[in-house]
Amino acid sequence: MKTALVTGGSRGIGSAIALGLGKNFHVVVGYANSKDKANNVAKEIVAAGGSASTVQIDISSAESVDNAFSIVEKEYNSVDVLINNAGVAQDNILPRMKESEWLEVIQTNLTGSFYTSQRAIKLMMKNKWGRIVFISSVVGLSGNQGQSNYAASKAGLIGLAKSISREMGTRNITSNVVAPGYIETDMTSFLDDENKENIIEQLSIKRIGKPEDISNVVSFLCSEESEYITGQVIPVDGGLTT
Amino acid sequence: METNEVFEKVKGLFVEDLGIDESKVTMDAKLEEDLEIDSLGIVEVVMAFEDEFDIEIDDEELADVSTVGQAVNLLHSKI
Repeated sequence: MKTALVTGGSRGIGSAIALGLGKNFHVVVGYANSKDKANNVAKEIVAAGGSASTVQIDISSAESVDNAFSIVEKEYNSVDVLINNAGVAQDNILPRMKESEWLEVIQTNLTGSFYTSQRAIKLMMKNKWGRIVFISSVVGLSGNQGQSNYAASKAGLIGLAKSISREMGTRNITSNVVAPGYIETDMTSFLDDENKENIIEQLSIKRIGKPEDISNVVSFLCSEESEYITGQVIPVDGGLTT
Repeated sequence: METNEVFEKVKGLFVEDLGIDESKVTMDAKLEEDLEIDSLGIVEVVMAFEDEFDIEIDDEELADVSTVGQAVNLLHSKI
């Protein structure tokens, strides 16, 4: 059975992706801090008849990424599927944004995915097969007020993903981006009902997205059937961007 | 390690990792022209060398390597 590593797999979109991939892969649920939640996700995968484990991985640290991959490699020999999902937000309007807010978001969201992707690709090259999916955001395409750091990091992932797709195509490694719109998770829990109504008004499909809406697309992009799709950005946003 | 031992190991990596015909792997063989290894293939070979011999090879050191023999000599000098 092939092995899939999902960073930030303990909650939100990441846990939905982990559960979805659990149908076809051994899933390693990566977590930075939420060990108990990651264990629960792994248990849920096993309860559904799948195979799963957890690993501590703080993607902002090259050392932590290296340790986590060494553990997964030792146990399962490879990482065939990498889901670069972990990310942070520290919103502030640009004139007020501190350098630390900028650097931390870029370090985790963009540089962290560089660490994980570089490490995973070395394994995928040996196996001549791999799937990498980056969880970006529609704000990486459109920008957003108060999110210049987050939007820049999510746009950066697109350049990274597209470059990997060009470098690795001859090795059956695909690299794609899923750009979620508004999805119901902890990260969007600050939205009140009025905010939500305003958002829904902009959508073609009149509801806020569910983590499963993202997970379904990611599962497809990790399957054999998607082998001719690479270097693409797929917005999953209810028609927010058209 | 003697040069011919290094060569045998290098040959093994080419044959196993890249599926190159054993008879083609000679000291004079050119990596790109004779063995048809693309640029990514060179990277794979280098990574395999680094693992096999537990060394690190800088990009600068690779600039002068275009044949199997040159690769063997580089590796021999580093181990």
